[in-house]
Amino acid sequence: MKVMEKYKEMAFWPKMFINFILILAIFLLITVLSNVGIISNYYQGIMLSICINVILVVSLNITTGFLGQLTLGHAGFMAVGAYSGAFLSKNLMGTLPDPLIFLLAIIVGGVVAMAFGVIVGVPTLRLKGDYLAIITLAFGEVIKNILLNLNIVGGASGYIGIPRYTNFLWAYWLAVITVVLSIALINSRHGRAIVSIREDEIASEASGIDTKKFKILAFVFAAFFAGVAGCLYAHYMGILEPKTFKFDKSIEILVMVVLGGMGNIKGSIISAIVLTVLPQLLVSVSGYRMLLYALALIIMMLFKYDPTLVKLINNIKNRFKKVRG
Amino acid sequence: MMNVLEVKDLGINFGGLRAVDHFNLTIEQGELYGLIGPNGAGKTTVFNMLTGVYAPSDGQIMLQGKTLNNLSCHKIAQLGIARTFQNIRLFKDLSVIDNVKIGLHERYNYSLVSSLLKTKKYFLMEQQMEKEALDLLEVFRLHTYAHIKACNLPYGKQRELEIARALATHPKLLLLDEPAAGMNPQETEELMEVIKNVRKKFNISILLIEHDMKLVMGICEKITVLNYGSVLLCGTPDEVVNDPRVIKAYLGD
Ligand SMILES: Nc1ncnc2c1ncn2[C@@H]1O[C@H](COP(=O)(O)OP(=O)(O)OP(=O)(O)O)[C@@H](O)[C@H]1O
Ligand SMILES: [Mg+2]
Repeated sequence: MKVMEKYKEMAFWPKMFINFILILAIFLLITVLSNVGIISNYYQGIMLSICINVILVVSLNITTGFLGQLTLGHAGFMAVGAYSGAFLSKNLMGTLPDPLIFLLAIIVGGVVAMAFGVIVGVPTLRLKGDYLAIITLAFGEVIKNILLNLNIVGGASGYIGIPRYTNFLWAYWLAVITVVLSIALINSRHGRAIVSIREDEIASEASGIDTKKFKILAFVFAAFFAGVAGCLYAHYMGILEPKTFKFDKSIEILVMVVLGGMGNIKGSIISAIVLTVLPQLLVSVSGYRMLLYALALIIMMLFKYDPTLVKLINNIKNRFKKVRG
Repeated sequence: MMNVLEVKDLGINFGGLRAVDHFNLTIEQGELYGLIGPNGAGKTTVFNMLTGVYAPSDGQIMLQGKTLNNLSCHKIAQLGIARTFQNIRLFKDLSVIDNVKIGLHERYNYSLVSSLLKTKKYFLMEQQMEKEALDLLEVFRLHTYAHIKACNLPYGKQRELEIARALATHPKLLLLDEPAAGMNPQETEELMEVIKNVRKKFNISILLIEHDMKLVMGICEKITVLNYGSVLLCGTPDEVVNDPRVIKAYLGD
């Protein structure tokens, strides 16, 4: 307890230094355990998936949780990043050192996804609520269908022979960067502007905030990292299939955001970890996964808006606080 | 003296309804101006046109000689018109101080790169923002509440926080839409003092809509009466209270 209080009182950079040491320690621990074989290949794969999902969930939380706009096309941005990054590295393979190619692919994947973010965002962000959800949903489906018919990247039979550059090092540190930048964004004037739009768009405009600009910023920021995650995924699998980026994928990410808490980055990380590990452990029920997700969503919505349930949750929370304090 | 606001022949149609018609208004530097009228007269609609929420169907709005027609809300706010809302619009889930900081947003304009990389400029400006926000809150004796959620403030304090947030944008003209609505007489009394102080301290002009006649008569130097979207009369408080047309408009025939 005392240690936590001391930590909270620390200045910004010393705090960041301690955070960095902890993050580094976790990385080294996992790397060493993997190298000596204590963590099996199977679990290494799960950890990679966790990192990719953390990137997807945290970035979607920027638009859904902080900006407050329901978007259902995150998998579409992921697909765009995956295919464009893979296309680049496949064509550059052998010409440059591998890490450099991969870095380029990640940047290109992110930037292309970002460009699509602008293309989708500029005309649609003036729409509200349901309309935006429908348009982004349509965007995701359109992307998937274009990829199905795009023979230059394999079409329906899949895009094969992508160099498998992704390893834990890349995935882990890219996830860290995503989280750090997201937190930095939120704790700034730009982040406050984004949150103010969620809280009250009219009041936000009346306070001098260019709401269109900040909607685009949030949208494009999220798209960029979805593209990065897609790129990691592509170079992890070595093969891409358009059907991976179906609507289901967007919903899966959204469920993780909702369960972790709208506008809660820590929650997003935890929920990305839990909901990546859980289905692996419960392979027997994996057929019902989408059903379970839907159920989880409904229960969350009920909890969020039902006053008696909210009260119940608060009581439980207070009891926990008393126990800890 | 220089005019802060000049409105000429402003009008707006909502479908077939002419909500405001030939509305004229001139506000001088430092003036405390009242806009009154019965329910549905079009007062809030005037505010919405002045702040760009509605585009006027005709007429002209000028702030210190600059035409505001067709500018977006945030642009008008940046140029110097700030407002509060008849139905409070705070950023409810944010802390009291963050509400004010959002008002400060435009004047502490460090870049996105500074935000993401946490540069020196970021820390410097955030520190200055924190100080200015606290100073502003202190004017309304809200500084002790700085870190609680805005929605947890008592009602009267919420109205004052909205004024603090509006002032954070450094307006030339402040529009208050029924600032005393829902306040008890004592709170209203305090609010009158606050409004007077604010005008002096920040050297701004204020236009306020209010149904509480005691407040309007007590602090406004000039008043315009609106009825069915048209200006009924414009004059000093004494001229307005003693005019039979005003009494008729409020009480009916
Ligand atoms: N967006 C809108 N669409 C259609 N009609 C509107 C709109 N906004 C206002 N009106 C109409 O314009 C008229 C003036 O409304 P307004 O809200 O400006 O009145 P007000 O003077 O502020 O009244 P109050 O004292 O009750 O606040 C009303 O008849 C109202 O119904
Ligand atoms: Mg009104």
